[in-house]
Amino acid sequence: MSDTTTSPRRQALAHFAYVMRDNPVTFLAFAMFAAFVLMALFGPALVPYDPLASDASKALQPPSASHWFGTDNLGRDVFSRVIVATRLDLTISVAAVALSFVFGSILGAVAGYWGGWLDAVLNRVLDTIMAFPLFVLAMGIVAALGNTVENIVYATAIINLPFYARLVRAEVNIRREAGFVQAAKLSGESDISILARQIFPNALPPMMVQISLNLGWAILNAAGLSFIGLGVRPPEAEWGIMVAEGANFIISGEWWLALFPGLWLMMAVFTFNLMGDGLRDLVDPRRRT
Amino acid sequence: MTNQTRRGFLLSGGAVLGASALPFLKALPAQAASGDVIVAVMGQTINSLDLHRSGTNRPSYQVAVNVYDRLVSFGTKETPDGGLSYDYSVIEPEVAESWEITDTEMIFKLKPEGKFQDGSPITAADVKWSFDRAVSLGGFPAVQMKAGSLESPDQFVAVDDLTFKIKMLRPSKLTLPDLAVPVPMIINSKVALANATDDDPWATEYLHTTPAGSGAFKVAQWKPGEQLVYERNEGYTSGPVPAIKRVVLREVPSPATRRALLERGDVNLSFNMPNKDAKELSDMDGVTIQTTPIENAIYCLNPNLSFEPFKDKRVRQAIAWSVPYQEVFETAAYGRGKPMWGGESTTPSDIAWPQPFPYSTDLDKAKALLEEAGYGAGFEVPLSISLGQADWMEPVALLVQENLAKIGITAVIDKVPGANWRTASLVEKRLPLHLETFGGWLNYPCYYFFWAYLEGHLFNSSNYRNEEIETLTAETLHMPVDDPEYAPKIKRMIEIAWDEVPRIALWQPALNVGMHDVKDFEYWFHRQLDIRNLKGV
Amino acid sequence: MSGRLKSIGLRVLQAVPVVIGVVVVSFVLTRALPGDPAVYFAGAAADEQSIQQIREALGLDKSLLQQFLIYVGDLLHGDFGQSIMTGQPVADDLIRKLPASLELTLLALCMSCGLAVPLGIMAARNPGSLQDHLCRMVVTAGVSLPTFFTGVLLIYVFYYLLGWAPSPLGRLDFIYIEPDTVTGFYLIDSAIIGDWEVFFGALKQLALPAITLALFTMAPIARMTRAAMLSVLSSDFIRTARAAGLTERKVLYGYALRNALLPVVTTLGMVFSFTLGANVLVEKVFAWPGIGSYAVEALVASDYAAVQGFVLSMALLFVALNLIIDISYSLIDPRIGFEAR
Repeated sequence: MSDTTTSPRRQALAHFAYVMRDNPVTFLAFAMFAAFVLMALFGPALVPYDPLASDASKALQPPSASHWFGTDNLGRDVFSRVIVATRLDLTISVAAVALSFVFGSILGAVAGYWGGWLDAVLNRVLDTIMAFPLFVLAMGIVAALGNTVENIVYATAIINLPFYARLVRAEVNIRREAGFVQAAKLSGESDISILARQIFPNALPPMMVQISLNLGWAILNAAGLSFIGLGVRPPEAEWGIMVAEGANFIISGEWWLALFPGLWLMMAVFTFNLMGDGLRDLVDPRRRT
Repeated sequence: MTNQTRRGFLLSGGAVLGASALPFLKALPAQAASGDVIVAVMGQTINSLDLHRSGTNRPSYQVAVNVYDRLVSFGTKETPDGGLSYDYSVIEPEVAESWEITDTEMIFKLKPEGKFQDGSPITAADVKWSFDRAVSLGGFPAVQMKAGSLESPDQFVAVDDLTFKIKMLRPSKLTLPDLAVPVPMIINSKVALANATDDDPWATEYLHTTPAGSGAFKVAQWKPGEQLVYERNEGYTSGPVPAIKRVVLREVPSPATRRALLERGDVNLSFNMPNKDAKELSDMDGVTIQTTPIENAIYCLNPNLSFEPFKDKRVRQAIAWSVPYQEVFETAAYGRGKPMWGGESTTPSDIAWPQPFPYSTDLDKAKALLEEAGYGAGFEVPLSISLGQADWMEPVALLVQENLAKIGITAVIDKVPGANWRTASLVEKRLPLHLETFGGWLNYPCYYFFWAYLEGHLFNSSNYRNEEIETLTAETLHMPVDDPEYAPKIKRMIEIAWDEVPRIALWQPALNVGMHDVKDFEYWFHRQLDIRNLKGV
Repeated sequence: MSGRLKSIGLRVLQAVPVVIGVVVVSFVLTRALPGDPAVYFAGAAADEQSIQQIREALGLDKSLLQQFLIYVGDLLHGDFGQSIMTGQPVADDLIRKLPASLELTLLALCMSCGLAVPLGIMAARNPGSLQDHLCRMVVTAGVSLPTFFTGVLLIYVFYYLLGWAPSPLGRLDFIYIEPDTVTGFYLIDSAIIGDWEVFFGALKQLALPAITLALFTMAPIARMTRAAMLSVLSSDFIRTARAAGLTERKVLYGYALRNALLPVVTTLGMVFSFTLGANVLVEKVFAWPGIGSYAVEALVASDYAAVQGFVLSMALLFVALNLIIDISYSLIDPRIGFEAR
């Protein structure tokens, strides 16, 4: 760093700006992410119609000036539903990923740091989870527990858990004998503190990518569950359920029912996926030059 | 041999099926249905070829219809819109040639020329064995037999080779029609017994995969979850040999795909189409849609009397006045079926069933009734629907939910998994407010009441009990329809059911069948695909 | 050689706890499913008594522990039980349906690799270039599409509108005779007997669902190829090779790719499991008679035996797959023995 007078915050901002300028795709991803967050926060207040109000006389109207994305089979405004659904979809994916991130990290760190039978047991459990095609496991869990938003979140969190646990475990395992860890130990730092302050931050950059990808997967996962009838309950607006219901109308010519929520769903997943690389660039210490 | 073309197996009859090859089949999909072969699609899976076996699902009943015969069958009539339907008023011979009925017994003379598909003669011993099997294996077949007062093997006697006797427990108008439902099918007992074991005296394992009947079609191939291929029984003796040589029945779960297939002419028949597709394709060239209202069936909204507010009939009536019937009918049924609301009078003028209930959408009346019952402030209630029937239940529930909110009742939609639905709604009867559909096979109002309004009976998912209905149903169930007491009693039952509304009628559903280059689909009360009458165009 | 066999044996042993875990999870999961199979089995209008009979016949009146022991005992005899839905022994169902799913999955993976690996290499050669960004956008768009949506869209466009694709009716149009079962893969079976008409018939049916899946699976493969190539290309031995004047082609495909393949193959294992999950939805859309759609139906119907059978076969498949990957490791890079892992 040549300019020693800049504050850490300004450094971070400068780095952010650098990453954005350096990679237009990352810039695009962050811009879209901001748009989605805005939609999630203010969407319900901004949409022209009540997303739940049906009007049988206006059922299945194609897109027009008054209904930008047309209306569905109950006469509800598709545009309003698509926008309002953003909040629920983002909530599901963020909650699921946050859960798996927290629990995965803790489990992985503990297993990697102390090793032994704990490590062995955790490994077998993770192997077992990963021996299932993940979507099928999520299906089973939701089918068994019942289809509520919470259970969808839990199921998604469980299937994502191994990724985090594995990543953290590997990082911790490599570094627990490293010099800086030994030094910290000698200086009397507690194990927990060493784990949290010295070792764990090293695992963050690869995890950022994982988080971002998983946010996308979580949305797809919830949508897939909706498609087979194990998703969010009606009349709640949710992209997956809207695509699933709309898919039955494509052949009969009412393409707008599935297309717009599908498009939004795709854009959201797309955003998260693209953001992964950008996030890694942001947090990767080696890129800060 | 290796370079011989392997096309045309199912349509022209390859070596496996032993039929001669037909020349036209190189480019099939463009000209499906060339008169001899029909390709049909349906959404459900056939899980057994034996109706009597426990675990056999409803779509499998069609095998009993097409591959097996019964003693008697119903006649055929033309429906008002030009389609064909079975005729409830006419009983025709099938395996039996003639019969005599007294108050204590029924005696059937079998057709002397009757042959099973393997060429062996149909004897009274086969009939006796088959009936014994139907009442002995338990489950649904036994229940259905019981509805016709056929309960024990002691009632069935093979007098000689061609004479079969049923000893009646009581004279009942239901017995003869109950012999024409799919359950009392006649099985080749010689073949079945040769494959029975000590553990399995009724040969359920064998007949599960290998039918042994005398019906108009044989099963040429069965791949569960994929397809069933029927092949005409050239030596059919119980009726005219079918016009169609082979029927390939594919299972296609996606309704959108089924629609595309029919629209593009790649299949000839789409069974049980969604109402929306039926409505939209009805104007299409080359596609004929036959829509038949399902007899003795109503889609209902049921308030459960075990839920405190619904104990008061005024609350139930308030719900009935709040349903947006027209919207529900347009949105969920796309106008296919018959309206069951807006009846003129609160007393029925005839014994037709179902007939429109004397309710319509009137939110003020609904509110007033709620006030009167002391629920003016409203209450909260889960509104349960089955995931397995979400196609119509979901829109209905959403529209009902919206109107209930207007009279102060908060309904929370509760989606119950298909596997749980029956237990929750019919067996445990624990759903406070739910949608329900019951259709009686035997087309009498008293039969409907027996199943749906008597306390503890399976389809009375509202936990309803009314002493007068209990008595009247018991009195009318076996009484002949032309008895002068029958009509007044039935009218009284309908009047009570209307006033007390433990079941709020929404509409009478319809069965839609789409046809392309095929005609003469015949509707049956069992709502399964009967292919015996189909013809190419 | 015997050393290698021994280490393969060790790998198999490592899988044993996983299989045990899967057996337990499958049992617990199915028992937690809503609905009572006895009621389902008994049919629409059965009374309490016949439901009870069936409950006893299915062994559902016993305690969970007893049920579990019976289940494990049956498994050891190779008995997966009988499916309620199809009325067939579960083992028969799986044997018939597994090849359908595998054929679809493998073809999709081949298509996906065929596209994604060159894309990844292209991106790695010019990181940060327009090509790189474009490649990233394309594969990311692919993985962002819900498969069931892509499937329906493809059917609509290529079957309904254009009429290019055959009707989405499963593995083979009914005008063809199925090839005699050797592997259960229609493509291979028909090729064995040289019946190209059936081969192309099967291929036509496979095309749309395979494309749907391939679009979905390109991203991880392309990403991994790019990352692995990048790190290899910046390594010393490539610099040395370039300095030694080897052609770019030779450097890229002879040295770099060969070394970059390892992580890619590892990813493939992951992607395979991922694809099998996505299969469930695609099979439903295309009426594909595979085990994915079988599992969905079984779950919805609380068909214990079928769900358990499915889960177990998946786990075994996965264990086998990991073995194959480990062996192919040593083929790609002989320096890596099993001991190293």
